[in-house]
Amino acid sequence: MSVTVLDPTDETTPQVRERVSRPESLAGLTIGLLDISKPRGNVFLDQVQNRLAELDATVIRFSKPTFSKPAPADLRHEIASQCDAVIEALAD
Amino acid sequence: MAEHSFADLPADGLVAVVKRDCATCEMVEPVLAQLRETNPDLMIVTQDDPTFPALDAVIHDADLRLSWHADIETVPTLIMRSAGEEESRTVGWSRVQWEGLTGVCGLGADLPDQRPGCGSMSVDPDRVDALNAKFAGGTASRRVEFAELEDEFEAMFDRGWSDGLPLVPPTPERVARMLSGTSRDPSDIVAIVPPNLIEASVEKVAINAVMAGCKPEYLPVVLAGLEAVCNDDFNMHGVLATTMGVGPILIVNGPIRRGLEMNSGMNVLGQGNRANATIGRAVQLCVRNLGGGRPGEIDRSTHGQPGKLGLCFAEDEEGSPWTSLAEDRGFATDTNTVTAFCGEAPRIVFDQMSRTAESLTASIAQVMLGNVHPRISGMDTVLVLCPEHMARFSDAGWDKARFVTELRGHLNLDVDSILRGVDGIGEGIPAGLGLEGLQLPKFPDGGILPVHAGGPAGLFSSVIGGWVSGPMGSVPVTKEIVR
Repeated sequence: MSVTVLDPTDETTPQVRERVSRPESLAGLTIGLLDISKPRGNVFLDQVQNRLAELDATVIRFSKPTFSKPAPADLRHEIASQCDAVIEALAD
Repeated sequence: MAEHSFADLPADGLVAVVKRDCATCEMVEPVLAQLRETNPDLMIVTQDDPTFPALDAVIHDADLRLSWHADIETVPTLIMRSAGEEESRTVGWSRVQWEGLTGVCGLGADLPDQRPGCGSMSVDPDRVDALNAKFAGGTASRRVEFAELEDEFEAMFDRGWSDGLPLVPPTPERVARMLSGTSRDPSDIVAIVPPNLIEASVEKVAINAVMAGCKPEYLPVVLAGLEAVCNDDFNMHGVLATTMGVGPILIVNGPIRRGLEMNSGMNVLGQGNRANATIGRAVQLCVRNLGGGRPGEIDRSTHGQPGKLGLCFAEDEEGSPWTSLAEDRGFATDTNTVTAFCGEAPRIVFDQMSRTAESLTASIAQVMLGNVHPRISGMDTVLVLCPEHMARFSDAGWDKARFVTELRGHLNLDVDSILRGVDGIGEGIPAGLGLEGLQLPKFPDGGILPVHAGGPAGLFSSVIGGWVSGPMGSVPVTKEIVR
């Protein structure tokens, strides 16, 4: 006889979203640099910022209040509304 | 439980519920015949034998639906209904009560005055879980039917529900039995479970508790434990996502420890006690199956630690001269609580030679200075003191506050010796913060949580180091256990 059990999961299906297509060039785009606030993440992002400047991209720097928690919704919204792309720096 | 339905019962009049396998029911058979004469509408319901009693229009409650919905616990039960509501009922045989309820005199004149009844088939321990599963309003969760040739244990592994160990199949009957462990409605939302921020109903938690191997009476602790980890203070999302090998550790206080036969003694942090082993596991299975917190996905831990299968233990309050962890956190001794702490694996504090409170305190501090790394500070810790170590402090008349104060006196770090680069070691605190020449406390204020537990013999305590403490990381959270 077959066994019937109750589903222990949340029974939701992940929403599939299309990725934004990769930009041909970064020139003229606004790039967000998100520091998750781990030690020395700024060192890495400073270097990235220099390289982006050479590519004529505008850079806006952001940082999470703490690396230990997800980025607040307001911060995510701010990045999404101001930037064409974002680079997030994990570090240590 | 769902609202009982009396749709199958008459709006007005008498109902008698009987079974042949009950000597009292057989004895009252002539009384039922007598009542049929005065009350022709008397509804007679039989649970087992459709030919009993030998009267017309006997209803056979073959699936016990009617008995279950009418909450019949004993047969015979005689019920008087009026305007769709139950007015009164009597169980077993009592002439006075049967006459009072029916208003008919001279019932069963040749019978004894009274005789107790028998158990209703609807409360038979072998049947009640299936009946609850069938009739208790139904469970809201999707039913998953495994194929005939599928091994159910392998099928649960295949579906990704397991933490790596076998699971108890959460059949509707087992889940119904689990739900009997709480007074909360199955649809109540217990917590919003990270990382996917999913609303966890009591029923969903019960399903995972079945899989973990819990008994129904453990369910309230699982519910409180899940509440304790699913909030911004405990920060379960961060605890999962960190590469550091930490996980939720649950400490139970209050009288419920004894009721559940939890271990607070020998091998307290080890295997062998069902409640200890399954309560923490159930909470972790909820995080996995409801919140979506799976290793290799949001759980990014480099090493993890064995306690992430579920580490839950009870404090030995009776053997302790000190206030309990729950009391320190503002709860009365008769309140049942569970405290969630984000911790690494326990580490032993070996001291077999200290004979004074002063010596042992300094000794414990030496081990604690190494928590995480001798140069790292600012993380909380649980200190599980064993009874033989505790005896040094009770002999000296130290209370918990005195101990913690003395201990902290040994737990300061000389900044100059823990700067990055000192002794050729890169780890440490950065220079240039203006801290040179100063001392830093190893643990934040209130960051040492002593708990008393362990076997009666042995001079080994344990420290359980924490993760980033405070609002930037994880704060210990205590929740009351509500049955």
